[in-house]
Order: sequence, then structure tokens, then C-alpha cells
Amino acid sequence: MAYQLNGTSVEADEEGYITDISLWSKELAILIAEDEKIEMSDDHWEVVNFLRDYYEEYQIAPAIRVLTKSIKKTMGPEKGNSQYLYELFPYGPAKQACKIAGLPKPTGCI
Amino acid sequence: MGDYKIPELGEYAEIPPVCEGAMSHSHPYVAAPEHQEALGFPGELVEDWHGKAIGRLGELLDQTRSLRVYLDSCVRCGACTDKCHYFLGTGDPKNMPVARQDLLRKVYRRHFTALGKFPLTRWLVGAEDLTEEVLDDWYSYFHQCSQCRRCSVYCPYGIDTAEISMAARDIMDHIGKGQKYCNEIIAKVHKIGNNLGLPGPALENTLEGLEEDIEEETGVKVRLPLDEKGADILLVTPSADFFAEPHVDGLIGYAKVFHQAGASWTISSYASEAANFAMFIGSYEQMREVALRIRKAALDLGVKRLVFGECGHAWRVAYGFLNTLAGPWDFLDPNYPVPQHICEYTWDLIEKGQLKFDKSANDHMTLTFHDSCNIARATRMGDKPGGQFEIPRNIIKAVCNNFVDMAEDTIREGTYCCGGGGGLLTDDLMELRVKGAKPRMEALTQVVKNDGVTHMAAICAICKSQFSKVMPEYGIGMDRIVSVHQLVSDAIVLDGQVTGEETDKLGGDAAPQTEE
Repeated sequence: MAYQLNGTSVEADEEGYITDISLWSKELAILIAEDEKIEMSDDHWEVVNFLRDYYEEYQIAPAIRVLTKSIKKTMGPEKGNSQYLYELFPYGPAKQACKIAGLPKPTGCI
Repeated sequence: MGDYKIPELGEYAEIPPVCEGAMSHSHPYVAAPEHQEALGFPGELVEDWHGKAIGRLGELLDQTRSLRVYLDSCVRCGACTDKCHYFLGTGDPKNMPVARQDLLRKVYRRHFTALGKFPLTRWLVGAEDLTEEVLDDWYSYFHQCSQCRRCSVYCPYGIDTAEISMAARDIMDHIGKGQKYCNEIIAKVHKIGNNLGLPGPALENTLEGLEEDIEEETGVKVRLPLDEKGADILLVTPSADFFAEPHVDGLIGYAKVFHQAGASWTISSYASEAANFAMFIGSYEQMREVALRIRKAALDLGVKRLVFGECGHAWRVAYGFLNTLAGPWDFLDPNYPVPQHICEYTWDLIEKGQLKFDKSANDHMTLTFHDSCNIARATRMGDKPGGQFEIPRNIIKAVCNNFVDMAEDTIREGTYCCGGGGGLLTDDLMELRVKGAKPRMEALTQVVKNDGVTHMAAICAICKSQFSKVMPEYGIGMDRIVSVHQLVSDAIVLDGQVTGEETDKLGGDAAPQTEE
């Protein structure tokens, strides 16, 4: 599949994860999120930005606990837990948020 | 996701009306050429796929005597027909184990039996050609078998459908029609060392974070050492333990147990994966390559013991095949089992009275235990028959006051698969996963209603992920699945631990990560 953005086509795999992560942009993230029936709020962006920063440093999405800890620090303890992350990304913060952040899908027994 | 009906739960597993073709649309994504080629398989369906498939089947029959015996010995008695959770959840007759086996058996008969080779008698023995349609059926229905081997328990001949589905997947890999989920993951293990693709620095960062969390929670410096040369014990655990919930709470439990035992232990960034997905695709060569990473890590780090974390098929590979795959292990300390399961390790310490517990820490829960299929039906623990059933239960009872078993025919060797085992724990098979979980959800719902069970514990990374995904479809909270060592972690009293109000683990379901 592919996303159509401002007249250009951005390639993605069967599940909607873009194949070339350098083609990611905020506009594309909003488009992917729409496909996932998610309207991007500041809190969504907080998570997506953290994922992208972490990925840049470690070439992998952060573990759920690493993510909740960071969110706890920036957004407060009432939001720094996996329940809140699931409210933001109902299909799972790891997979759905990675898709919107333009990162590869985490694989394995998860 | 997807457009399908969530099955209604009954009091117990009822045999559903047969609905032909109900799941014929279900098939996972095919592996991309780069995933195939990384494992030495052809990138896409080869031109002479028919000849190559029959040739590969012939090779497998020569290599694996059991495969030929399984293909020859079925008498169609029907004992297996209602034993598969995927049949019970979907009603598709091709999910009856005998029908699944027949998909391969009919081709076997056509090419490898006298009556099947001869045109006039072919129909007598149900021999059929491997047509494109049959190949599509293979791809669909051999990816609707979680290789859980429940059917083989009830088969009077002990025919193991798992081995047949492994053979079929191996043949498909060899003609260029592999499954994306498994093959992409195995390629990642070769390249990075684990299923997730978690590189060393990220693993280090994750483990450091966990050390901080434990210290914050208990006031005790509990270490999660990485790549520590000269450590006594190498812990090999599924990479999901580093990444996902509730898995990570189990990992914290192992660390606390090692700490309290005063053990010198380490995790390896090179062999940072216990799961061996090569078993799912029936590839001995791939399984060996993955297992050899553990051997190399053990030698490089100079460890004396090998302990496996909570992972179902990892324990099957470790318990059943580790010596032939990557042995001999004569450099390890012969006074300990090679390999040892973390539950054996913990239970041994409990029996010796070396661990202290405050069981009331788990009083907000009533537990039941889900036996994971590979552990239940393919391995043992401890030195007594049935140890694989008793030891995890004994641990739970040692750390929790409230424990209730589910119905007897749904646990122990008759346990139902979680619905996501055998390389099927992928989003593109979600309908199958939800429907396949039905028998387990029925048994669980009964103890929830009748005995006040609040949580189910498991010792398999796949089971934990599968349940946290599918339980909400049946109205059960995703946080109701817990790791056995998470229960240990919550109850264990570490030397020097700060006790009292400020570390009180209150009833919140996600207590460990939300404490003040």
C-alpha cells in the first residue's frame, strides 16, 4: 500500500508501516493517524515525538515501561501509565504509535 | 480490526456446527524476498514449485521417520476432531486435526504410496495432486495450527499434527512461500540477536531503567547485569520480557530472585532471545543456528549454568533439543540441570526456605494458571513426572493466598492453546487468534464467575501477549494476565527492603508501574 500526500506517494507495507522512514513528516503522521481513526492531540504528539527521539538514538522503539516512565516525567503520573497510552492509541501504544511515528513495526512475542 | 463476530462463550466448550470454508479466507502475509533470502530460502514462489515441493517432502520423509509414521497410521477414528481450539472457535472442518493432516497426507499418498501412484486406485486411498488450490489450502490451514499438540494427546496413535504442520511450512519455505511474521523475525535474530531487533545499547538502557525502578520501589539495589564475563548463570529469556507488559514484571521477578539468592548472573546481548521461531517453520538448520548463539554466549561469558526465562516453546527447544542442536554442554557445571527453567530455579530456593514472602501483597488477586501448550505437552520441570504442571502452581501458591484451577479438561496436558502460539501471534491473523482463544476464555470465564478469579498467570511470552490482546474482545481486562514471576516479584521480601505504607503495593491492576 501507499499513502498519498500532497501529490506524492509514500510506500508502506501491507500493514501501513512506511518502508522508508526518512520520508516521514508531521503531515504524513496526521494522515496515517486518520487511517487509524486517531485525531492527533498534543498528548499524541508527545508520545510520537518521544518514540522518534528514542528511535534515533537506539534504532528501536522504546519498551513500554521506558515510554510510560518518560511520559510520567513530562506529562505527570496520571498519564504515565499504560492505561492512558491505550486510551491514546487503542490498538496498542507500541504498534499503533510506531506506525504513526513512521517507525518499523516491533516484532516478536508482543 | 476486521469484520467478524466475536464468538459467544458457553459454560464449556461445545462442538460447533460444521461450517465449511468458514476460515478459508484466513492466511498470513507472505514473506518478502529479503526475509526469505536471509534464511536461505527462495525469495518468491519458484517456477517448478510442484516438483520442488514433492522433492522436499521426499527429503523430509527420509529424514524424519515420525513424519512418515504419522502420515501412514491415521485410521480416521475421529477422536481428534473436536480437540482443536481453532475448530471449536471457528467450526471450519479443515481445522479438525485429521482434516488438516489430510491436506498433506493426500499429496503424500499420491506420490509416495503404491496405490496412490497408480491412476486406477488413486481414489481408493484419497490420493490427490498438489494443485495450486491445494497449495493455497496448505498456506491457509497450516497457518491455522498453533502446533500446540492438544490433538495428539487424544489420538490413539499419538499422531502429532504439529510435526505435520511444521513439515508443510518447511516445504512452503523451500518453494518460496514462507510466512512473513516468522521469517522476518528469524532474520532479525541472525542479525541483531533477538526477535524484536533490540540492539545492545537499547537493551542496556532498558535494563538500567528497570534497576532504577526496582530501587525506587524497594530501596534495594537489584542489578540486571548485561554481558558480564565470569558470571555463574546466563539467563536466556524472550526479548518480549524486555519490552512488553506484563512480561517485564516477570523479568523484574527473576532479577529479585537472583538477587535474594546472592547469585552471580547475566543476560547476554548476543543471545538476547530464548524464543526459537525456527521450530515453528520446522527448519532444523535455522533452529540450530539460533540455538548456537546461546552456546557462543555461554562460552564467551564463561558461565557455569544456563537458565531459561518464561517462554513456552523456548523451553521446548531447550528441554528437548538443546543438546543435539548446540551441545555438548560439558563446560557447564554438571551439578545443575542443563538447561534449567527459571521456575525450577525459584522453586528450588523456595523449597530450601531461602526466599521470604509477604503473600498478602497479592491478596487483591485470586489467581488461576494457564498451562502453556509447549511446556505442558512437550517438556518437564524438576525431577518428578508432571513437574511442569506442579512447579509453576507451587510457586503461585507459595506467593499468593488465593488460587483456583480451571476445569480439569482444560488444563495440564489437556490445556487449550492461548490461540496465538506456533508463529500465529501476528496482527494479520487476528480473527483466528480471537476465535481460537474461545475455549480458554470459556474456562476462564467459569472460574471468574464461580470462584471469583481475578487474574490468570502464565509462563509464556506468546500466551501473555495473546491474552492481553484478545481478552478485551471477551470483556476481560487486558491487565488480567500476569507473569508468574510478577507474582513472585510482588510478594518477595528482599533483605533490606523498605517496607511500610510508602511501598504498599495497592490493588491497582498495574500497580508496579504506577506506584507513587
